[in-house]
Amino acid sequence: MAKALRTEELILNMGPQHPSTHGVLRLVVTLDGENIVEVMPDIGYLHSSVEKMMEHRNYTQCIALADRGMDYLAALLNEMAVLRAVETLGGIPVPERARYIRTIFMELQRIASHLLWLGTYGIDLGATTAFLWCMRERELIMDLFESVTGGRLHHVYFRIGGVNEDLPPGWTDRCREFCHYFLNRLGEYHRLLTGNPIWQARTQGIGVLTREQAIAFGASGPVARASGLQWDVRKSHPYEVYDRVDFQVPVYTEGDCFARYLVRMDEMRESARIILQCLDQMPEGEIRTPRVSLTPRLPPGEVYTRVESPRGDLGIHLVSRGAETPWRVKIRAPSFSNLFALTQMMKGWKVADVIAILGSIDIVLADVDR
Amino acid sequence: MRDGPIPSGGPEVTSIARIPLEGSQVAPIEQLADVLYRLPGGALLLTTVENVLNWARASSLWPLTFGLACCAMEMMQAFATRFDLDRFGVIPRATPRQADLIIVSGRCTIKMAPVVRRLWEQMPEPKYVISMGSCATCGGPFFYDNYSILKGIDTVIPVDVYVPGCPPRPEALIEGVLKLQEKIRRERRLTRRGA
Repeated sequence: MAKALRTEELILNMGPQHPSTHGVLRLVVTLDGENIVEVMPDIGYLHSSVEKMMEHRNYTQCIALADRGMDYLAALLNEMAVLRAVETLGGIPVPERARYIRTIFMELQRIASHLLWLGTYGIDLGATTAFLWCMRERELIMDLFESVTGGRLHHVYFRIGGVNEDLPPGWTDRCREFCHYFLNRLGEYHRLLTGNPIWQARTQGIGVLTREQAIAFGASGPVARASGLQWDVRKSHPYEVYDRVDFQVPVYTEGDCFARYLVRMDEMRESARIILQCLDQMPEGEIRTPRVSLTPRLPPGEVYTRVESPRGDLGIHLVSRGAETPWRVKIRAPSFSNLFALTQMMKGWKVADVIAILGSIDIVLADVDR
Repeated sequence: MRDGPIPSGGPEVTSIARIPLEGSQVAPIEQLADVLYRLPGGALLLTTVENVLNWARASSLWPLTFGLACCAMEMMQAFATRFDLDRFGVIPRATPRQADLIIVSGRCTIKMAPVVRRLWEQMPEPKYVISMGSCATCGGPFFYDNYSILKGIDTVIPVDVYVPGCPPRPEALIEGVLKLQEKIRRERRLTRRGA
């Protein structure tokens, strides 16, 4: 062999139309043979200019906009993020019962979001059964939502100073029944996936993100907790009734795809536990503070509040100048930070692992682009 | 059952179907469809090539798995457990080369519009488009006044069926697919003039 083999790097474009990018994300992957040298996400394919539009909507309209424009898999948590900012700045009280209802709905939403993630991640890795099972359980949550809020995906259920409607009779029993049913099903998922050698081969040790890197990239949510970072807004800055229920924050130290999977599985269990406790503790009474205007004028000032969305630390920075509309809103989207942690996670892995790693961080492109 | 000689071979059948006959044997193409001829030891279904093509096309619509925004979640749900679009012959394909239907699910940005156009161009003919949700139809009930969202996907690609809703329920999408199937069954691609 006199001549040396000439090699060169190959640039591969994944997306924006790709069945496994979970939306419209374009990944520019630089490959050396099969090894990934560099990954650069190209975002903005779903930029909805929500922050700008909120400047022209009153606060109640902002809730409806937050449902759709932001992370659409966790609509109720977006509502909560906006409402926390509005209620903190305006000093608007919320009745006890409404706080419990909100917590129950947010946790149901978290389970629904994680179920959809698990299903699509299963499809990404070739386990179609997981998708069908997860969607089956998600449909039950959609029924619970629908009987109260009237919507399946976008609810516009939370209001400034409470919630829109009280729970219909018998709903709490159905919800309790669902939680017990779901905890059983969770064991079924574990039996299907956790011990599965193919599943383990595709996820264990793949796409490692160290604790230091997670902090440096500002990763949050299950991605950070799988890297050993004990950080959950529900514990560190409790809102609603999270300080009155007993739940654990699952933390794993491996930082690989399998750890991220386990964190979400454990979170679903904890969410079901939170719902059961809330159902037991929930008092009777008002669901909405009386005499709160639908179009309040907030006092001038600014506020930064955060909630724990299924993808991480969702923050809203709201600036008011005394009008019916916000003067400026900045959304700190968890998926955005998590997406750029991806550039570090993917370095050095094979091209076949791109999908496994991308799926494991559970991005929603509407959350990234806003 | 129609009186007269039973057509026996393939070429004769097509000639009857395509050329109007004289006198009492005249049968319009529409009436010839779905006429069953019983033969000794079998049966012969007489129809037009067009009907067969339309029947095949309508019964196996393969959509492109293409999600843009929130409506894609309801689309996935429509393919999944409770609603199960597979029973209508609708099986998602991952590449536009194998697809004959594109479901534009969700809002489309101006940055994304050329990509949607190209995907549509990559699909082989005949191809159909379902615009799912208000955002894809007209820019939506919420994104009508912003700078980044396309005000209706029909400014980029021709749409066959519009499904309203924000987002539409999976049942609404199924209804849209059924409407598209109806539309395909009525198509006259071979006999229309100037085709």
